[in-house]
Amino acid sequence: MSTLRKKKQARRSGLASVALVVFGLLLTGGVYAVFNSTSADADTSTYSAAQIEEGKNLFVANCATCHGLDLAGTNAGPSLIGVGAASVHFQVGTGRMPMANSAPQAPVKPVVFTEEQILSLAAYVASISPGPAIPSDKYLDANGEAANGGELFRINCAMCHNVAGAGGALTGGKFAPALDGVAPVHIYEAMITGPQNMPVFNDMNISPDDKRDIITYLKYMEANAGPGGFTLGSLGPVSEGLFVWIFGLGGILGIVVWMTSRAN
Amino acid sequence: MSQTTVEPERGKLDRFSRAAASYVDDRTKIGVLVKEFGRKIFPDHWSFMLGEIALFSFITILITGVFLTLFFDPSMAHVEYEGSYLPLKGMEMSAAMASTLDISFDIRGGLLIRQVHHWAALLFNAAIGLHILRVFFTGAFRKPREINWIIGFLLFVLALVAGFTGYSLPDDLLSGNGLRIIDGFIKALPFVGVWISYLLFGGEFPGDDLVGRFYSLHILVVPAVILLLIGIHLVLVFLHKHTQYPGPGKTEKNIVGQPILPVYAAKAGGFFFIVSGFVFLLGGIFQINPVWNYGPYDPSPISAGTQPDWYMGWTDGFLRLVPSHWEFVLWGYTFSMNLLVVYIVAGIFLGLVALYPFIEAWITGDKREHHLLDRPRKAATRTGIGAAGVMFYAVAWAAASSDLIATHFHLSLEGVTIFLQILLFVGPVFSFIIAKRIALALQKKDREIVLHGSESGYIVRLEGGEYVEVHNPIDDGLRWKLLSYHSDYEPWMLRPNAKGKIGFWRRTRAALSRFYFEDRIEPVSQSELDAARHDHKPELNTGH
Repeated sequence: MSTLRKKKQARRSGLASVALVVFGLLLTGGVYAVFNSTSADADTSTYSAAQIEEGKNLFVANCATCHGLDLAGTNAGPSLIGVGAASVHFQVGTGRMPMANSAPQAPVKPVVFTEEQILSLAAYVASISPGPAIPSDKYLDANGEAANGGELFRINCAMCHNVAGAGGALTGGKFAPALDGVAPVHIYEAMITGPQNMPVFNDMNISPDDKRDIITYLKYMEANAGPGGFTLGSLGPVSEGLFVWIFGLGGILGIVVWMTSRAN
Repeated sequence: MSQTTVEPERGKLDRFSRAAASYVDDRTKIGVLVKEFGRKIFPDHWSFMLGEIALFSFITILITGVFLTLFFDPSMAHVEYEGSYLPLKGMEMSAAMASTLDISFDIRGGLLIRQVHHWAALLFNAAIGLHILRVFFTGAFRKPREINWIIGFLLFVLALVAGFTGYSLPDDLLSGNGLRIIDGFIKALPFVGVWISYLLFGGEFPGDDLVGRFYSLHILVVPAVILLLIGIHLVLVFLHKHTQYPGPGKTEKNIVGQPILPVYAAKAGGFFFIVSGFVFLLGGIFQINPVWNYGPYDPSPISAGTQPDWYMGWTDGFLRLVPSHWEFVLWGYTFSMNLLVVYIVAGIFLGLVALYPFIEAWITGDKREHHLLDRPRKAATRTGIGAAGVMFYAVAWAAASSDLIATHFHLSLEGVTIFLQILLFVGPVFSFIIAKRIALALQKKDREIVLHGSESGYIVRLEGGEYVEVHNPIDDGLRWKLLSYHSDYEPWMLRPNAKGKIGFWRRTRAALSRFYFEDRIEPVSQSELDAARHDHKPELNTGH
């Protein structure tokens, strides 16, 4: 017994634990650096000077009124320093920007710019100061693990977006939008930029592969929406209750009235 | 009977069936029962079928429920899901959840039966609700049917329990969230709450015992009690005879309709198939409670749009309407009024519903038997009270979906809540006034029609230049119906008791009675009727 304990004590020498901590720190720091550098250099390398120039012209004409010529924001709109290409691509690509009128939050509208123009705008904003980049296609193929994505979705997203992605209410007239029909790239960008009232889910929080799984899950749900029939908006017991009163009981009452009516 | 004796013998088969019939009858006297039962008369009206909708959806629930018990595993043991639903494959969950998924995806016809079971449960509760409203608004709860009203009320409460214990069984995220709320409700009870919660869940929530416990309640105890009460309910309907609406030839002493055998039995039998067929149609076409979306229960996540099934919605609505931070600490115990207020308000509401027949009888002093129903307009105050109750319930019910109201009508969630908080108090008052006024106005209109006939749409100019509308005389059947307002309703007189004193309760009763009867339309008297007949004949002649 005592020899065993001695052996154990010997194995856990003070120096070893210091070494372990140092190794751990190095590893985390190193991995962090690798991640950071990849997302940073992915940002600037993909855009040409001509694109940035076109983006600048578009920005000055369409966005600067609210966001300021120097992107620093005005009373009407927030600063765009550090929002990154992903944020621009999401906001403009879903039609949320340019905003038509002030509201609790920017609603989805028909998209104003072409994809090429949006990329130019994104390039210009990213060239002023770097931020999250437009994700690479390998995370957007919706070909990951749906089960993992589903669990992550329920834990991280469902409290606002509803388990079936049908959307939900937030405070003060704000809301989490429904997620069906949203392009994978926009889902990814929303997670890394946190538009409107959404929190940012960075790569430390949900890894790019996990984000891919979440997209996979959402796309699976979109393709296989109702194994049990019409989903009634996937809103849960409220729509089921309304349905049973109006169409269930209403339908049977129609039959009953017909059954008990006398031929005139 | 005379027909059977005239008919000639029809051979062996006939002789056999007669022998069999008399064999059974000699030993059971069932013939007496059949004769009594078969000759019972039931009146025909669509509103008398609401209870049948509830009964037949209950039978549908029983049949589909038996199927589900064959495959459901009421256990909270942890298993890894290996069924065919891809997005949950390999996930840890309880055996209850896994078997629910198996019923949905891997057992032939399982999803249909599950959905039919759930739709039928929603329909069962809805039909009960509507049935209660019919009984209330037509005054069918009056003597001698007060006890049956209580039994019906118990059935209404038990249907809630049956539904709640049922949708908690799959152990999915939605039902787990609902149970967490129930756990909160229980724990909010001062002094005993925590003990009861630990007793129910077998330890700290969620524990490993609940599904098994709810299962025996859901498939054994609650349905058995419901069946028993349905039996008593129907026996009492039988003993009292069914009520009927006023009309030509219908009195307190007779009943106009068709006998159970053969007409009514055939109709009801056919109606069962219509109801169950309709529910199967719903279950086949419309998805309900997609547990695969919700995933296995995990205490950390919760979904937006988490609501209970509709019949529990009103309690959830109260929870959302109580202003927050209403709590205080006393003797080391936290009194969370957020939850206790719900107990109090829901308790008072249910108590008033249960005791209404006795309250009304006390106020009106009416001790007579009633077999003729009131048309809702006839008892204007009661109709107003009913409308207020419906409004109160409806506001609480709507509050349970406040988040969906906010998103779907682009409103602010807080705005919806504040609006509904105000409406909960203001709405019933306005409903009472409006419904009562409409009922009185309809009485007035009926009186007008009886005295002057129905409007014909012909406008005639008289010699003097005056324009009048020609009224057609109404037929005797309609007049009977419209004249069924007996003038037997009047306020209870405030008189001193035997000791010559006027106590508090007598005063209260007199005040309530005045409130009940003060607004009323005087019924048409015979002399008025005669006078009207006399007046109108010449006018009608000039019209044509």
